[in-house]
Amino acid sequence: MPKSDQPVIVARSLVKRFGDFEAVKGIDVEVRRGESFGFLGPNGAGKSSTMRMIAGVSPVTEGTLRIFGLDPAVDGSAIRDRLGVVPQADNLDGELTLLDNLVVYGRYFDIPRAECRARARELLEFVQLADRANGKVDALSGGMKRRLTIARGLMNRPEMFLLDEPTTGLDPQARHILWDRLYRLKQQGVTLVLTTHYMDEAEQLCDRLVVMDGGRIVAEGSPRDLIARYSTREVLEVRFGAGRNAEHEPRLRGIGDRLEVLADRVLVYADDGESALREVHSRGLNPESSLVRRSSLEDVFLRLTGRSLEE
Amino acid sequence: MQSLLLKRIWKTNLTLSFLQPLFFFLGMGLGVGSLVNDRPTSAEALGNVSYVAFLGPGLLATTAMLTAAGESLWPVLGGFKWDGTYEAMAATRLTAAQVVRGQFLWLAVRMGIAVGGVAVVLAVHPDTRTWGVLPAVPAALLCGLVFTAWLTAWAASREYDSSFSMVQRMVVTPLFLFGGAFYPVDSLPDWLRPVAWVTPLWHGVELCRGFVLHTLGAADLLLHVSVLVVWLVPGWIVCNRFFARRLYR
Repeated sequence: MPKSDQPVIVARSLVKRFGDFEAVKGIDVEVRRGESFGFLGPNGAGKSSTMRMIAGVSPVTEGTLRIFGLDPAVDGSAIRDRLGVVPQADNLDGELTLLDNLVVYGRYFDIPRAECRARARELLEFVQLADRANGKVDALSGGMKRRLTIARGLMNRPEMFLLDEPTTGLDPQARHILWDRLYRLKQQGVTLVLTTHYMDEAEQLCDRLVVMDGGRIVAEGSPRDLIARYSTREVLEVRFGAGRNAEHEPRLRGIGDRLEVLADRVLVYADDGESALREVHSRGLNPESSLVRRSSLEDVFLRLTGRSLEE
Repeated sequence: MQSLLLKRIWKTNLTLSFLQPLFFFLGMGLGVGSLVNDRPTSAEALGNVSYVAFLGPGLLATTAMLTAAGESLWPVLGGFKWDGTYEAMAATRLTAAQVVRGQFLWLAVRMGIAVGGVAVVLAVHPDTRTWGVLPAVPAALLCGLVFTAWLTAWAASREYDSSFSMVQRMVVTPLFLFGGAFYPVDSLPDWLRPVAWVTPLWHGVELCRGFVLHTLGAADLLLHVSVLVVWLVPGWIVCNRFFARRLYR
């Protein structure tokens, strides 16, 4: 198989155990070069543990893992040389300027200093922080720090870029800026692998994803495939007031394909949400509020696990 | 094979790190020295040199130790827990072993500056102005590296800094006071002297003083360096093990 066709990540029956606790319970994953791949799941699903194994900083407990065809237990350094990493918690150097943070990081890869400086400036432009190049990291907002971390992760021109929960804790505007930058990277052909518990992020950024829960993979496919397979086209959300949603369920039966009763609302899965809503009214029901929306990965997760993505 | 040396740009103010030993030298050396030198029994006890000449070289070794202590406890734990510095490094092509090497190199530079500052002061003062100051600097650094190794290993194994003050108070400070820098260890009670002979600081002090005062014989040189190496090697190994364990969970 020519090099460019080889999957960049191949995991078979991958297990990660911390003492007695099994964080990853035997997963199979394949990520192809150039694709944008996601691990979607709630906190504690095992996404970060998986990412750390892929990043070559966490030893595999059982199973096989090959990154770029290499075994991280043997060639960890060579693998990490070709990876870019954006960790969940920023670990920038507060005492150095933005530029110096990037240059120092580049030096870890033995990139000559002059090239580091040039590359750092280029990357600061890319993440739209060039005007703050000589400023202090401590003065940056959360979104800016994350952008700086992205710039840093690109210093070694990685073939694959790993991001662990890249927009957690950021405001909506910061998230959109970040997604835009990542989308551009994707267009440049960098393989992206990210973990997230945000369904909109997964839908926006990922060509393909796996849904993880409790250390296992419960579904795999493109966002569209997953929604088509596990949900209907649209969802009607009706709210009958606090504590009164469950009692309306029998009267809603038969509308749409499926019902899901949550604490604060009832979800009616139907291909046509508006006509489902008309049916609801025609049965004499008057919900406090209603909303017709398209299905999302949140609905997929709910269907597969009975729980919401965001705990 | 790529160079294994880590280069870290540190824009903190390094010039201050040799002012403290300078003050010691001036305060203790000149101040206490003027008291000590007047007493007739002093000359023999100190080996027929002035107190400044006795103390000065000792301060090379103690400065290395104190610098190591200052940089290897809280900053190392911080590097793991609060700043994520080591985690950031380990995510790159660097291995844990290279991170440790870089940490030691960084400490050697820090100690080098502090010890270098003291060496400059020694070179200026007539009682200690001698070529012997030159080899005393790496001797002091070797001594300092022993403390670097064990204190870094200690910090790397901790989740909290609660033990650090105690380490400073119960290990570093007693060594500083009883390690032979300020007075000959022969002045210590009989039962305490062998304890001093085991400590890396005493060997560091003896090496430095031996170089500067030209009293170091080949056998003594070999002995002191060997003891320091015997202290250093396991410390180095333990450091590597702890860093790898912590970085590759």
